[in-house]
Amino acid sequence: MAFKRSSPLPGFGLTFGYTVTYLALLVLIPMGALSLRVATHMTWAEFWKLATADIAVATYRLTFGASLAAALLNAVFGTLLAWVLARYEFTGRRVLDALVDFPFALPTAVAGLTLADLFSGNGWLGRFLMPLGIKVAYTWLGIVVALTFVGLPFVVRTLQPVLENLDRETEEAAATLGAGRLRTFFSVIVPTLTPALLTGFALSFARAIGEYGSVIFISSNKVFEGQITPLLIVHRLEEYDYTGAMALAVVMLVFSFTLLIGINALERWASRFQD
Amino acid sequence: MVKWTLITIALLFAGTFLVLPLANVFYQALSKGFGSYFRALVEPDTLASIRLTLLVAGISVPLNCFFGVVAAWAVAKFDFKGKALLLTLIDLPFSVSPVVAGLMFVVLFGLQGYLGEWLDAHDMKIIFNVPGIVLATLFITFPFVARELIPLMQAQGSDQEQAALTLGANGLQTFWYVTLPSVKWGLLYGVILCNARAMGEFGAVAVVSGRVSGLSETMPLRVEKLYNEYNAAAAFGVASLLALLALLTLGVKTWLEHRQSLEMERSQEVEEPSTVSHPL
Repeated sequence: MAFKRSSPLPGFGLTFGYTVTYLALLVLIPMGALSLRVATHMTWAEFWKLATADIAVATYRLTFGASLAAALLNAVFGTLLAWVLARYEFTGRRVLDALVDFPFALPTAVAGLTLADLFSGNGWLGRFLMPLGIKVAYTWLGIVVALTFVGLPFVVRTLQPVLENLDRETEEAAATLGAGRLRTFFSVIVPTLTPALLTGFALSFARAIGEYGSVIFISSNKVFEGQITPLLIVHRLEEYDYTGAMALAVVMLVFSFTLLIGINALERWASRFQD
Repeated sequence: MVKWTLITIALLFAGTFLVLPLANVFYQALSKGFGSYFRALVEPDTLASIRLTLLVAGISVPLNCFFGVVAAWAVAKFDFKGKALLLTLIDLPFSVSPVVAGLMFVVLFGLQGYLGEWLDAHDMKIIFNVPGIVLATLFITFPFVARELIPLMQAQGSDQEQAALTLGANGLQTFWYVTLPSVKWGLLYGVILCNARAMGEFGAVAVVSGRVSGLSETMPLRVEKLYNEYNAAAAFGVASLLALLALLTLGVKTWLEHRQSLEMERSQEVEEPSTVSHPL
């Protein structure tokens, strides 16, 4: 069996070679360097001790907990936004549609800066929430807010095309057969949407796990309390503790790869539903 | 009833989470008046950060644009083993934390790293210097153009290219006159997204830059520095430029989508008779 199926088009060798070389220089070699460094500079026991230290586990708990909460919020509100954008005509629909991509386009540092200010004591939202006893800025909740902002487009943009392509006729058939509005929703629409929704959820979760820029503005950044894993890596680097930083980075890489494999599987599953 | 309730919730959510943060950037930036806004922007270190950001984007966006086009040609026009793996590799920066990405380059080029001593002996500095910032930015932004072009070029197949080749065009001519015009809007969209991310990247750049004001500080890093110096108005001033960039990006994107749908309608009008005359 040949490596490549024959094609009349020219340029495969050149473009394929360039692509692989570029990827090797930019991704594979740096990633290999990190892994090699960890493998040669510490024993498994040392690595395990660094990766499971109390301070590290506290950051995993915060990073995962807040990312999960944000991804769940995004699943709910993202579905709502996608539904409204795909199904309804109303004034401002186009503006809303364009705005959904705003978190993609806005640098994360700016997002963190403005969200922290909005929810601070004299910010536009904080001044109403603080008297009610709801503290957002510099708490766990603030991290969730920042991660929700950053991950919102993923759910909307994964669901929207599926909703737009959803066969109206199937719904109408269900309705003709006597299914009520809720029953149609749960037995016709929900099963079709589930794979796409899971994909969007996983994408937004993965994005939140690695997020750094927006969180450090709105978090208290206190050790054991408001410190996310990427921030602990940065602190380790600032202390010239390269081994500590690399051990944590490898843990994060393992998480990322696991999620990436999961997302790929989900996307393949979701595309089966599309046809 | 249901319709308007859902629309209201959606608009309230978008208003709180998307519009308010945006409006707040400009409000806070101008809170001390236009005069102090402009003074904050022409401050030497801030000007240097703007120049550096433009330089970094000016190097990394064209490189990644070229890579995106080349990779899309290889992936979309040919079938080969390991294509799924290659696509996963192209997606990798989306799921690797920017901080980890920055650290990888520190391990490779930093003083403690593999090439650190050699670079130092040859008086070259990559980490805590502009090349490191460019490398980190390249890593974070290389998927954007490729990801935009691959599905487009796959959907278009290669019939037209084959026709051009049969008519005697060479490979480059085919690409330039046949492939490129048909994906130009997608390419442009990929480029502006890549640019937005390149100018706004924070985590990866923060790790490799060393953050020396006036030398290795990009605009997002400048925002943080000013904020930590309790100079919120100036931080918002620099942030407002980045927010303008985001708005511009969204504007161009909306315009491109509009153009694309117009062209699609037009091409369908032209193609309709031909599908009738060739029922097979």
